[in-house]
Amino acid sequence: MFQPSPWRADFPAIAALQRQHQTYLDNAATTQKPQLLLDALSHYYGHGAANVHRAQHLPGALATQAFERSREKVAGWLNATDTQQIVFTHGATSALNLLAYGLEGLFEAGDEIAISALEHHANLLPWQQLAQRRQLKLVILPLDNRGLIDLELALQLIGPRTRLLAVSQLSNVLGAWQPLAPLLAHANAQGALTVVDGAQGVVHGRQDMQQLGCDFYVFSSHKLYGPDGVGVLYGRTEALARLRHWQFGGEMVQEADYHNASFRPAPLGFEAGTPPIASVIGLGATLNYLASLDANAVAEHEAGLHRSLLRGLNDREGIRLLGQPQLALASFVVEGVHNADLAHMLTEQGIAVRAGHHCAMPLLKSFGLDGAIRVSLALYNDSDDLQCFFEALDQALELLR
Amino acid sequence: MSLPVNAQDALNSFEQASGWEQRARLLMQWGERLAPLSESEKSEANRVHGCESQVWLVAEQQDGQWRFKGASDARIIRGLLALLLIRVEGLSSSELQQLDLPGWFNQLGLGRQLSPSRSNGLNAVLQRMAQLAAGT
Repeated sequence: MFQPSPWRADFPAIAALQRQHQTYLDNAATTQKPQLLLDALSHYYGHGAANVHRAQHLPGALATQAFERSREKVAGWLNATDTQQIVFTHGATSALNLLAYGLEGLFEAGDEIAISALEHHANLLPWQQLAQRRQLKLVILPLDNRGLIDLELALQLIGPRTRLLAVSQLSNVLGAWQPLAPLLAHANAQGALTVVDGAQGVVHGRQDMQQLGCDFYVFSSHKLYGPDGVGVLYGRTEALARLRHWQFGGEMVQEADYHNASFRPAPLGFEAGTPPIASVIGLGATLNYLASLDANAVAEHEAGLHRSLLRGLNDREGIRLLGQPQLALASFVVEGVHNADLAHMLTEQGIAVRAGHHCAMPLLKSFGLDGAIRVSLALYNDSDDLQCFFEALDQALELLR
Repeated sequence: MSLPVNAQDALNSFEQASGWEQRARLLMQWGERLAPLSESEKSEANRVHGCESQVWLVAEQQDGQWRFKGASDARIIRGLLALLLIRVEGLSSSELQQLDLPGWFNQLGLGRQLSPSRSNGLNAVLQRMAQLAAGT
């Protein structure tokens, strides 16, 4: 049965990609953008760009207003208690690096940082390198056979030496919600700071910071149908106050002389230099667009597509899924077929999916794999997209087997 | 400069290929012709990094002529390797340096395999080959 996407026409690139015979199913890497975002970018650049938080002139005031309105929208989107809890960064990666450097002073040799075995490199390497700089112990929370963090083991591994827990909400490879509530509660009780990598999770349903109860939450705009070059760091007010300033430069400073300086608190103190103004404004427009959608209808649509995706993969012989994906995506390998060969054949047929290690090399290695194919969905995909994918997959497997 | 016989064969067959399926089939067929590497040749030193699959490139020079061998665990890159090796077989270092290898793949209708976003490894193989040829 045909399952259309009622929002497909809101994303002009989908039609353009279709004209190039491309079926875009790499949404966990980045997403296409709604017309409202394109309009906002064009409006900003077409009506007078200006730097923010600096100039007294009218264009500067308007840009600053629009920029700060985006901060309010992000705060609202995440149900943060205060707009000042939202720091704009250049992406999720830079937000996590900000944390790893900004919190460095809180660690002493022998302290422990806990992360999970499924972390994206962005939520692994900053902590790994911090551990090396400060002689900390990086504790890896293992997964169970469903691809979830093994809660029983995790609760044992997170102990009084754990100073920080950093985990993904939704794996970019396994597509499963992680059991954050008990993990965060336990880490809090141990006095550890908690960091949630929401890069994938924020795209699939509204996330409520007050309910989630983490110290920091990180995501990138471009995976949430927004512009690239912007990330968001949410921090509880008390947690943000523990961050040491990291990058230094324009507008993050309060007072400066040649030999000393004092710095602003969050958020501006952590937004050194000119921020990606247009992109921040564009993210605000994207959130307006997303807020106008029926969230339940979106979730149902995505769930329906995901069921079809899993059914189609399970119907085919020799396909092995990684973990037990619950939503958004599925990663798989085919017995006796190299994923690079399959990727080649799919690319030739205009199917845009991701092949490789998905920036999670240790996770792939733990499956005994050096790569997998990932199909990832967005709200503008429809059942025809999946049909194109499966036809191409069958054709590829026929050639390769 | 005339093409080596094998390379001319390959060019003829790829020129006649219509559509991606035929090219893919040809690539896999050429890949089967690669002389196998011994286990000791599949060493870390011979690994070409930057590929989605495992790729090895072994180079020897005999009487001023290059002899390359290669292998991969994936079939498409194996085919690309085979097409590369038949083109450079027996060349001297200076001949190799002057050779337009992207041009060769364009002739075969495989130029897209060299686009920077492709991680199949052909680019990495070409770079390694150039380093090996220049380093002696």
